[in-house]
Amino acid sequence: MAVLAALPEALAAAVRDGDSVALEGFTHLIPHAAAHELIRQGRKDLTLIRMTPDVIYDQLIGAGCAAKLVFSWGGNPGVGSLHRLRDAVEHGWPRELDIEEHSHAGMVNRYVAGASGLPFAVLRGYVGTDLVDVTDSIAPIDCPFTGERLTAVSALNPDAAVIHAQRADRDGNVQLWGIVGAQKEAVLAATRSVVTVEEIVDELEPVPGAILLPHWVVDWVCEVPGGASPSYAAGYTERDNDFYREWDAVSRDRETFLAWIHSNVMTEAR
Amino acid sequence: MSDLGDVNGGPSAEDMMTVAASRALEGRRTCFVGIGLPSLAANLARATCAPGIVLIYESGTIGSKPERPPLSIGDGSLAETADTVVSSAEIFNYWLQPGRIDVGFLGAAQLDRYANLNTTVIGDYRRPKVRLPGAGGAPEIAASCKETIVVVRHTPRIFVDRLDFTTSVGHGDGPGARERLGLRGAGPVRVITDLGVLEPDPGTRELVLTSVHPGARPEDAVARTGWPLCVSPALAVTEPPSAAELDALRALTS
Repeated sequence: MAVLAALPEALAAAVRDGDSVALEGFTHLIPHAAAHELIRQGRKDLTLIRMTPDVIYDQLIGAGCAAKLVFSWGGNPGVGSLHRLRDAVEHGWPRELDIEEHSHAGMVNRYVAGASGLPFAVLRGYVGTDLVDVTDSIAPIDCPFTGERLTAVSALNPDAAVIHAQRADRDGNVQLWGIVGAQKEAVLAATRSVVTVEEIVDELEPVPGAILLPHWVVDWVCEVPGGASPSYAAGYTERDNDFYREWDAVSRDRETFLAWIHSNVMTEAR
Repeated sequence: MSDLGDVNGGPSAEDMMTVAASRALEGRRTCFVGIGLPSLAANLARATCAPGIVLIYESGTIGSKPERPPLSIGDGSLAETADTVVSSAEIFNYWLQPGRIDVGFLGAAQLDRYANLNTTVIGDYRRPKVRLPGAGGAPEIAASCKETIVVVRHTPRIFVDRLDFTTSVGHGDGPGARERLGLRGAGPVRVITDLGVLEPDPGTRELVLTSVHPGARPEDAVARTGWPLCVSPALAVTEPPSAAELDALRALTS
């Protein structure tokens, strides 16, 4: 049953050191405010799960919160590299980072399996690629009906899922729309879930194409207006493309990055 | 260099590459679009030779009609102008996987003679010299679209003899490879660069230079290729960008 809570309390309860955490949102509704709170709380040894690590995981990785990354595409969309991710993989800074790497199709099917209560999912994918050799959670499987050789990927069941949505009502029913990515699957696959929203309203007006997550599958709902910035929440905020471009320079250099985290995350008023 | 003289505001080699890529979509109904050059070319096609083409982005937007090419595949304009927006599970499972989509448009950091692609690492996988973004949607786009078109700059760093990592399969190790792997799409039919166009030989499946852009020489392409590149005896010269194509390109990028 969803509890309306302040973000620091919700995350302190939902995410502990060593947990596997999926902060989802495919290029939209990315829960940046929640990630900053995890950095402020000094979380360590997290297994970070996300299809598109994006700037949000660049920050968590650079801040030393992560021991492992499970992902399918780790870039700054339209700009270039995630320099903190690269520094961790290429040079072990600020610590060694294990990686478990998939394609988007594989990652999303792992969430689907997790949400469906199945141990694995089946897809046409990966055949002939080197991903099969470097990732243990990919295996060939024969169709029991036709004998066709397909690919299995193991289920993802994160300890916690964290997403951002447009709004929720006072009972904690959550509504999100626009590009909806894998948020529904991530929440349903996870043991615990935290949803930050642009606003809490008395009544949820229907929106075409919207997803509703009922209050009884969500654990904490936190009102955090602008909580996706520099990503965006369709209908509320715009994507800050300048920030994404500027992040390239901020994140290239360790000291510049740490100074940015200090002034924009650690000293940010709660 | 094959610079067509952009000092005077004329078309650059980059413009020629984008225009050539856009033309490859003529007559196609649906295109799965990667970000960057493929997105610019796909939107140019929509403004010129393929006005009705349905552009599909891996963020789940189907039938996007952005006025400007987006910075990211998740830009609001892609969703706002789409016929429908679906979840990540749906875009890959229902739309891409069954082979409904005519063309997949891909880029790469490395490409070999069979148009296999690397977007994962340069160097050793566990301790890479350069950690690249990774697979994203590419392996399944390469496997399941009816055909794929690759858009890359023609440089020795990209056109390598051996990939450091196979992220997406083109023609594998040659004739029959896709069939043996059970890949249902036909694979790469064209590689478009800033120098020209390469197509797989129908017999060997190895890429052959079939066209050079105006101002580019076949020896430039050979020199910038990390394997002994075959040049077609019927080598063509790409039709230069028309005024209409350039106007449409400027309108998209200005």
